[in-house]
Amino acid sequence: MPQGTAKLTKKSQNAKPITRAPPSRKESIVDALILSRLQFAVTTYFHFLFVPLTLGLSFLVAIFETAYVRSRDEDWRKATKFFGKLFLINFAVGVVTGITLEFQFGTNWANYAKYVGDIFGSLLAVEATVAFFLESTFIAVWFFGWKKLTPKFHCVTIWIVAISSNISAFWILVANAWMQHPTGYVLRNGRAELSNFVDVVTQKFAILEFVHTVGGAWILGGFFVLGVSAWHIARKSHVSVFTKTFRVAAVWTLVFCVFEMFQGHLNAEILGSTQPTKLAAMESHWETSGDVPMYLLAWPDEQNEKNAFQALPIPGLMSFLVHYNPHGQVAGLKDVPRQDRPPVLPVYLSFRAMVGLGILLFWIAVWAFWKRDSIEKQTKLLKILPWMIPLPYLVNQLGWTVAELGRQPWIVYGLMRTEQGVSKIDAIQVATSLGAFFLVYALLGSVDFYLLWTYARKGPLPESHPTSTKA
Amino acid sequence: MLETIWFAIWGVAWAVYFLLDGFDLGLGTLFPFIAKTESDKRIMVNAMGPFWDGNEVWLITAGGVTFAAFPTAYAVMFSSLYTPLMLLLFALILRGVAFEFRGKVDSAAWRKLWDCCLVFGSFLPAFLLGVAFANLFAGIPVDQDGVLHGNLLTLLNPYGLAGGVFFVTAFIHHGALWLAVKSEGELRERARKLAFKLWFVALVAAVAFLALTWIYTPLWQNLFTRPVFLALPALAVLGLVASPILSRLGKAWWAWGSSGLFIAMATLFGVAGVFPNIVGSSLDPAASVTAFNSASSTLTLEIMLGVVLAFLPVVIAYQAWVYVKFGGTINQESVDEGPSY
Ligand code: HDD
Ligand code: HEM
Ligand code: HEM
Repeated sequence: MPQGTAKLTKKSQNAKPITRAPPSRKESIVDALILSRLQFAVTTYFHFLFVPLTLGLSFLVAIFETAYVRSRDEDWRKATKFFGKLFLINFAVGVVTGITLEFQFGTNWANYAKYVGDIFGSLLAVEATVAFFLESTFIAVWFFGWKKLTPKFHCVTIWIVAISSNISAFWILVANAWMQHPTGYVLRNGRAELSNFVDVVTQKFAILEFVHTVGGAWILGGFFVLGVSAWHIARKSHVSVFTKTFRVAAVWTLVFCVFEMFQGHLNAEILGSTQPTKLAAMESHWETSGDVPMYLLAWPDEQNEKNAFQALPIPGLMSFLVHYNPHGQVAGLKDVPRQDRPPVLPVYLSFRAMVGLGILLFWIAVWAFWKRDSIEKQTKLLKILPWMIPLPYLVNQLGWTVAELGRQPWIVYGLMRTEQGVSKIDAIQVATSLGAFFLVYALLGSVDFYLLWTYARKGPLPESHPTSTKA
Repeated sequence: MLETIWFAIWGVAWAVYFLLDGFDLGLGTLFPFIAKTESDKRIMVNAMGPFWDGNEVWLITAGGVTFAAFPTAYAVMFSSLYTPLMLLLFALILRGVAFEFRGKVDSAAWRKLWDCCLVFGSFLPAFLLGVAFANLFAGIPVDQDGVLHGNLLTLLNPYGLAGGVFFVTAFIHHGALWLAVKSEGELRERARKLAFKLWFVALVAAVAFLALTWIYTPLWQNLFTRPVFLALPALAVLGLVASPILSRLGKAWWAWGSSGLFIAMATLFGVAGVFPNIVGSSLDPAASVTAFNSASSTLTLEIMLGVVLAFLPVVIAYQAWVYVKFGGTINQESVDEGPSY
C-alpha cells in the first residue's frame, strides 16, 4: 500500500490492489486503454455541457411557474414558457448523451464493471428506477400538458422534473464518490462486494460531492437566466418580463455563489484524509511537512519533483485549510512512487482556475444582486452579463478535471488502476467509435447551441408552432 | 433462487422495453411510408411525443438491471457486442434529438434532415436489437475471458439476420396500430390498412424465425423440459392472431395491446428458453455467462429487489396514467394549436 493512501478506511487498508494476468494482445490493449480513456473523457465532458443547465434551470423555471400560478401575472407565464423552451432544447441533448455513458462501463470498461458492478451497477440501476423514469415521463407531461392539466397540477409537474433531475444527480454522484473513496465493501470472490449499503450512500465524501456539483449547476442556471435576461433588457425587449426573471436569478445566483465557495473548501479539506495525493497535486506540494504555506503563484516541475517556480506564500494557509491549524502536517507528492501520482500540472492548473473563476463569478453575482432593482439603467452590467454565460460552464468542466484527473492512476482509488479496468477489445473498434463520437457530438453540440442562441434571442414568442400551417 | 428472480426481472425489463419503445421505433421506421404531407408527419411525431422518452428509460433500466444483478454478464455482453451497441447508441442519439430539433427551424431541408435521422434512428435499433437477441439465443463465440472471437459480420449470420427482420416487422406492425389509435380520419384508415398488410409480413417473419430457432438454438428443447413455459409462445401466438381481429372490430387500443402482448411474450419465450444463460458461448459451453456464475452478491440482490419492488409499481402506475391522459386522438388542428413538437 502506498504511504500516501494510508489514511484510507480500515477496509481498504487490507485491500490489495488486484493484479491481472498479462493481456494476451498487449499492444492492442494499451491502445484500447488510451482510446477508451479519451472516449470517456469526450463523452462525459460533452454530457456535462448539458447536465448543469438541466439541474439549475429546472428549478428556476419551476419558480417562475409557481409565481405565475400564484399571481396569474402573464409576465410570469411568458417567462416560464420562454425559459422552458430553452430548457427543453438543452434537455434533449442531455438525455441522449447520458445513455452513451451508461453503456460505456460495459463496452469499454468491462473489467472494471465485473470488479465493482456489485456496488456501482446497483447505484446506476437505482438512479434509473428512482429518477430517470420520473424526469423523462414528467418532462413530457409538462410540455404536452399545458391545456390538459389544471395550472396548479401543471406547476407540480415541473417541480417533479426539477427534483427528480437532482435526485438522479445524487445517485450518479454517490457512484462517482465511491470510485473516489470506496467504502462499505469487502473484497471477496475476486471483486468488491457490497457490505454496507447505508455507508456507501451516506458517506461524507458522496454528500460533499453531490452538494458541490449541484451547487455549481445551480450557479450555471442562475448565470444563464441573468445573461439572457440582461440581453433582452438591454434591447428593451419584454422588459417587464425580464426584469422579473433577472431579480429572481440575481438572488439565486448570489446565494449559491457564496455557498459554493465555503462548501468547496470542505471538499478540499476531506481530500486531506481520503485522497491526499490528489490534494498534493492540486497544490503542487511535494514534500510532506508541517507549516505548509499556500503559494499564490507556482509552476510544477514533475521531472525534478519540485516546483520550478513559486512565489507569494501565505504562511501556514494550506496546513490551516486542511487541519484548521497552521502547523498541521500535509502529505506531499513524494510520499507515493511516481507511477502512483496523477499528472500534476493539469490538476494544479484546473484547481487554480476553478477557484479563481469561482471567486470572479461571486463578484459578478454581487454586482448583479446590488443593482437588481435598477437593472434597466445599468448599461455596463447589462453588456457584461451575457458574456459571462460561458464562464460557469468552464468552471464546471474544470472542477471535473480536478476530481477525475486527480484520481488517476486509479479507476477506483487505492483498489484498481485505470489500466486494469479496460475491456479486452480491439483498438480499431474504439478508434472508430471515438471518431464517430467526435463527429456526431460536434454536430449535435453546434446545432443545440445554435438553437439555444436563436431561441434565446427571439424572446417570448406567440404561442403557435413555428411550422404551424397558420403561422 | 434470488438469481432466478433477477433473471426473470431482467427478462421482463427487456420485454417491457420492446413492447413500449417497439411502437416508437416501428412508427419512426414507417415515417416515409405513411406520411404524405407535412401535417401527417407532425401528427405522427406528436403521436409518439409524450411517450418515447419515458419508453426509452426502460432500455436504460434493462441495461442497469443487467449491470446491477449480473455484472459479469453486463461486462461480457456489452464489450463483446461493442460495434452493434455503438451503432445502436448513435441511432438512438439521432432519433432522440430529431424529435426536439425537427420543428425548430422553419425550413424544408432542415426538417428533411431530421426526418432522415428519425427514420434511420428508428429502423437501426429495431434491427440491431433483433440481431443481438437472436445471437444471444443461439450463443456467441466468446471465450473464458469473455472476449469475442469474431466481429460484426460474425453476428450478422443467417439466424442473427432473421432475428433482425423479425424485430423490424413486429415493430412496424405495432407502430402502425399505434398510429391507428392516435390519429383520425383518412390517416387513421391508412394506418389501419397498412397494419393489416404488415400483419401478414410479421406473421411470415415470426413463423420463419420460430422455425429457425428450432434449427439454430436449444430454446424449444429447453422449454419442453419445463412445459409450463410453453404458455409463453402460446400467448405470443394468441396476441398476434387476435390483433387483426380486434382491429376489424374497431377496437384500436385492444388491437395495439394485443400486438404488444405478442412482442412481450415472444421476448419472454426467448428469455425463458435460454435460462440460465445470459450470454451463451458457442465456443465452449463452460464459458457461458449464466445467471448463477455472473450474479451479484446476495446482499446487493436483496437490496435491489427491495428497490425494484418498491419503485417499479409506482413507475408503471404513473406511466399508465400518462398513456390514459395523453391517449386521445390528435389531428392537424390540435397539433397546430397545442403544445407540440
Ligand atoms: C451531476 C449530475 C450528473 C452527472 C455527473 C451525470 N449525469 Fe447523466 N444526467 C443527469 C445528471 C448527471 C441529468 C440532469 O439527470 C440528465 C441530464 C439531462 C437530462 O435530461 O437528465 C442526465 C441524463 C442521463 C441519462 C438519460 C436519462 C433519461 O433518459 O432521462 C443517462 C442514461 C445518464 N444521464 C447516465 C449518466 C452516467 C452513466 C453518468 C456517469 C458517467 C452520468 N450520467 C453523469
Ligand atoms: C459529468 C461529469 C464528469 C466529467 C466531466 C468527467 C471527466 C472525466 C475525465 C476527463 C476522465 C478521463 C481521465 C483520464 O483518462 O485521464 C474520466 C474518466 C472516468 N470517469 Fe469521469 N467525469 C465525470 C463524471 C463521472 C461520473 C459521475 C462517473 C461515475 C459514475 C465517472 C466515471 C469515470 C470512469 C469510469 C472513467 C474512466 C477511467 C479513467 O480514465 O479514470 N465520471 N472522467
Ligand atoms: C471558489 C471556491 C471553490 C472551491 C474551494 C472548490 C473546491 C473544489 C474541490 C476541492 C474539488 C475536488 C473535489 C474532489 O476531487 O472530489 C472541486 C470539484 C468540483 N468543483 Fe469546485 N470549488 C470551488 C468553486 C466551484 C465553482 C464556482 C464551481 C461551478 C460553477 C465548481 C464546480 C466543481 C465541480 C463540478 C467539481 C467536480 C465534482 C466534485 O468533485 O464535487 N467549483 N471543487
